[in-house]
Amino acid sequence: MTKVLAHNIRRHAINMTSSGGSSHIGSILSIADILAVLYGTVLNYKADNPKWQGRDRFILSKGHAGAGVYAALAESGFIPIEKLKTHYQNGSNLSGHVSHKGISGVEFSTGSLGHGLPVATGMALAAKINQNKHIVYVLMSDGECDEGSNWEAALFAPHHKLDNLVVIIDRNKLQSICSTEDTLALEPFVDKWRAFGWNVIDIDGHDHEQLINACHSKVENKPLCIVANTTKGKGVSFMENQVLWHYRSPQGEEYEAAVNELENDNA
Amino acid sequence: MRDAFLDKLTQLAAKDKDIVLLTADLGFGVFEAFESKFPGQYFNVGVAEQNMTGLAAGLALEGKKVITYSIGNFPTLRCLEQIRNDACYHGLNITIVASGGGFSYGSLGMSHHTTEDIAILRALPAMSVVAPGTAWEAGEAIEALINNNGVGYLRLDKTTATNIETKFTLGQSIRYKEGKDITLFTTGGILSDVIQASELLQKQGINANVVSMHTVKPIDKEVIIASANETGGIVTIEEHNINGGLGSAVAEVCMDNGIMPRAFLRIGLDDKYSSIVGSQDYLKAYYGINKIAIVKKVLDLLSIKN
Repeated sequence: MTKVLAHNIRRHAINMTSSGGSSHIGSILSIADILAVLYGTVLNYKADNPKWQGRDRFILSKGHAGAGVYAALAESGFIPIEKLKTHYQNGSNLSGHVSHKGISGVEFSTGSLGHGLPVATGMALAAKINQNKHIVYVLMSDGECDEGSNWEAALFAPHHKLDNLVVIIDRNKLQSICSTEDTLALEPFVDKWRAFGWNVIDIDGHDHEQLINACHSKVENKPLCIVANTTKGKGVSFMENQVLWHYRSPQGEEYEAAVNELENDNA
Repeated sequence: MRDAFLDKLTQLAAKDKDIVLLTADLGFGVFEAFESKFPGQYFNVGVAEQNMTGLAAGLALEGKKVITYSIGNFPTLRCLEQIRNDACYHGLNITIVASGGGFSYGSLGMSHHTTEDIAILRALPAMSVVAPGTAWEAGEAIEALINNNGVGYLRLDKTTATNIETKFTLGQSIRYKEGKDITLFTTGGILSDVIQASELLQKQGINANVVSMHTVKPIDKEVIIASANETGGIVTIEEHNINGGLGSAVAEVCMDNGIMPRAFLRIGLDDKYSSIVGSQDYLKAYYGINKIAIVKKVLDLLSIKN
């Protein structure tokens, strides 16, 4: 079930970034499995009642991978699949970076990095104050952990025992120009989050069973940080681990090759 | 002014459990009573303004009415993008409160001189900007901003003019003195200097119309147009750099409406940072924005005109 959803998200993303001539396909493929697990099984929601109070909240902090969320929302019944064709087009509200305006199911607009975790932390704090039982999930990139605002929130959440907050970090080890370690070393990454007081789980971010188990591995009084080790561009061999595909839009033969590879894998 | 703000907020928080006050580790000796009265409605988030503003957005998305508090430029410029993207774009009920407008913290140095905040925040869509002139205006303003159900900025000043209690509405200025010879528009606690300047001008036979433009955005266009048409000219006075602040906002209204005031002058800091320190009164005098300087500049303007 979640495997099919992950495949469909990847297929939509290839189409959207190709027809829109847009960037960030590598970032989207990196998180397709995480999105599939979230929308396919982990998140509680009602697509026909997107503001249902009891829903789990989800924020994509790495807003540049917004096409992946739009695809997941379309596959989950929030928006028409046809609408995905408008992504990046003149007059569309499906912007390159995820935006909530007019898009059912998007909790929060992002695009500038380092915003999602503080906001998700505020939502989790509100749920604690209101004694609500839902969970707040935020999906971040590893590169965005360069932003100091995240570490402000990383201090706050354990201090306030926000065990209703789950951070998933897309640890693909590549950022805008080169590797995270050559840019501004993050390692020892797991230790950093643990030292800040988080319950940290280090997993294969493309293994659905590990992702599902990790999302349910909560420890009382501690926020959960899932370091999801991923491959940027996952599923299209020539995009994997290539910074170029942070920017390049799949066109012509490259588009055909990407589609063939995804379809063959799915066969 | 801060006490009036806090007194009103305390009254409101007692009636409305959705009001949440966040402070970025400032307010020693100020918020203790609020904290003990309203557990779950007060959080000291630490010295972390970006996170404070993000937290505010998250809380407000869940229905809270959030006040973020710090001093000087910390709750505004330090986290401007969070204000723009997280608060304003999402149209949330968040009021940003800065204690120490202008040279309130004059001796603390340039970092604590709050002299571009109005211009910068006024530029953001979905933002209201309020700088009360009296303690009473400050109390009314916090209530009005929370009830406005949007993003607002409340600039609190150490200096205040004498309270005159009347009707307070966001976007509607308050007249403190009637006159026809010149209109003095001001915002913030420097209203005190402006009222005193108007009294000195009165002794020289000049009747000034004194208006507290407590709300710089949305600005009171009708009063500006009427004053431009019906009085001898417009002078704006602000404890703020002249670029983009009250004076600019008033000039925009005049130009947009095709009105040329008979005389026009903006009084404020002349596009500079202060590298000297001193009391609020000292710095206002040094930079030519205190009551004496206002009188002189108004007299010069009117003599040139005549």
